[in-house]
Amino acid sequence: MSHGPRIVDAAQMDLPAGSLWRRLPLFSAIAAIVGIGASFAMRAGDEKQFYFSWLVAFLYFMSLGLGALLFVLIQYATKTGWGIVVRRLAENTAAGLIVMVLAFIPVYIGLDKMYAWTDEAHLDEIVRGKMWFLGAENYIVFGVLYFAVWIFLAWWFRAGSVKQDLTGDHDLTRRRIVVAGPAIVLVALTLTFASFHWAMSLDPHWYSTIFGVYYFAGSFVCVFAFLSLVVLGLRRAGALEGFVTVEHRHDLGKLLFAFVVFWAYIGFSQFFLIWYANIPEETEWYLERMHHGWQPVTIFLAVGHFGLPFLYLMSRHIKRNKLTLGLGAAWMLFMHFVDLHWVVMPAHHGKEFGVTLLDVTTMLGVGGLFLTAFGFCLTRAKLVPAKDPRLIESITFENF
Amino acid sequence: MGLPLPMVPQLPEGKAFGLLARFKDAPAIHAACEKVRDAGYTKWDSHTPFPVHGLDRAMGLKASRLPWIVLTTGLSGAAGGMLLQYWVSVHAYALVISGKPLFSWPAFVPVTFELGVLFGALGAVFGMFALNRLPMLFHPLFSANSFAAATDDGFFISIESWDPKYDETATAALLREAGAIEVEVVNNE
Repeated sequence: MSHGPRIVDAAQMDLPAGSLWRRLPLFSAIAAIVGIGASFAMRAGDEKQFYFSWLVAFLYFMSLGLGALLFVLIQYATKTGWGIVVRRLAENTAAGLIVMVLAFIPVYIGLDKMYAWTDEAHLDEIVRGKMWFLGAENYIVFGVLYFAVWIFLAWWFRAGSVKQDLTGDHDLTRRRIVVAGPAIVLVALTLTFASFHWAMSLDPHWYSTIFGVYYFAGSFVCVFAFLSLVVLGLRRAGALEGFVTVEHRHDLGKLLFAFVVFWAYIGFSQFFLIWYANIPEETEWYLERMHHGWQPVTIFLAVGHFGLPFLYLMSRHIKRNKLTLGLGAAWMLFMHFVDLHWVVMPAHHGKEFGVTLLDVTTMLGVGGLFLTAFGFCLTRAKLVPAKDPRLIESITFENF
Repeated sequence: MGLPLPMVPQLPEGKAFGLLARFKDAPAIHAACEKVRDAGYTKWDSHTPFPVHGLDRAMGLKASRLPWIVLTTGLSGAAGGMLLQYWVSVHAYALVISGKPLFSWPAFVPVTFELGVLFGALGAVFGMFALNRLPMLFHPLFSANSFAAATDDGFFISIESWDPKYDETATAALLREAGAIEVEVVNNE
């Protein structure tokens, strides 16, 4: 406010001509074809590994899209000022959910390779009592329901925002503020039950009521790391100058830091209650992960997903510097993969930790698919909501 | 007879405390702070009814030392909490509870975390008091006529007379030139 008027160039709201970002959909589509092709080529060699690797990649990019969707919803519900300049990027990320329904198909096909409860003839009494929620029919019916909710919300919120770029109609914002509150409840519930279906039921005896929150915490770490990198990349490409400033990067860094801590808080809460109560059907999940080959991974996760980034991201200078924020964000994207690998893979590998080439190719393939949709949306609209009523507030935002 | 330390400011001897200049609004004081900073003054301060964005930079203030105090007290609290529980559970009252080892560190994490937060918060509050030399029950600026407006609608810059660059006439002229609507000399008592 005290600096007098600041001039921003409206052309900065578009990707510069000839920028590599414009080819992101193409490059991503190639990555998707190569990754998915290679994965399917290796499927015959180790079918079970293929499905488990695919599930990790699926959960990874679902968490990115869901985190972005919730970030958009929260911005509307709270009438956020600062974040308007990064909201369109989150909307584009959430739009990735629309194509993720394709990545869900192999998950469903591979059900009986991954989930012990598919072998209905040999279930014990505990798992039989859970079959009203589990089971292949529920899996697909609930799966379609989850995707219907997420795809509709991701599409509707982005479509209205893009329409406002042309019309400047403030009613579009008002309607979304009204819908955002109930939508958050809906996404929170669907995300929770989806995480139960997709990840927690890999070990059908085990249960943790906080598991959905744990998946959500990881998804927010993932989305703020992703948005930080996208913002840095776009600024490097010569876009968003004057729109996304050091203040917004600082805020993305603060949110990343906050959810690194939140993830640890939730992860420890989950562990702590199970450790304290010491009930065999609950502790087996952690026993698997705290002995033999998984023990170093568990320690690496605690240190790499919480200890080190907690100390690293604490400093204001780290979050306001482009290079150090970028390094922190890239590291957290990697650690989020380690986290999901650690959640899913013991159900397949048992006692031994292992990484295979399929883990890499499925990430490349599913990630390529996700980024194709993200890139497609990125290149077909302004990079910021050009006529949002709070855009000026966001541009001039400053941290104390 | 004065109040005990640190309830009153310990200021150098001198007839005048310095100059107090009033400005119209936040942009005016922002611009004026930049001028005073660039003129090379070091012993001065600004007083506004609400926080003004970017005023710390306009004044050329260095980053606060408070975060380091908070980090130190917070980590001490966390370490103290863990050590206390270790000493109690392993040495002072070595009881086996639900068949777990004496040093069951997961059980100690909540208290460790809470003590880290508590000591960090206490460090922040009392560190801030110490750095601001609070509580301070009296300050020469309070004797200035218009200074009460600093909590209402007044934007002030005070420059202290023991600043090496201080000269009552020249400094007052600088403040007027920087846009002051009123400049007064404040007594040092």
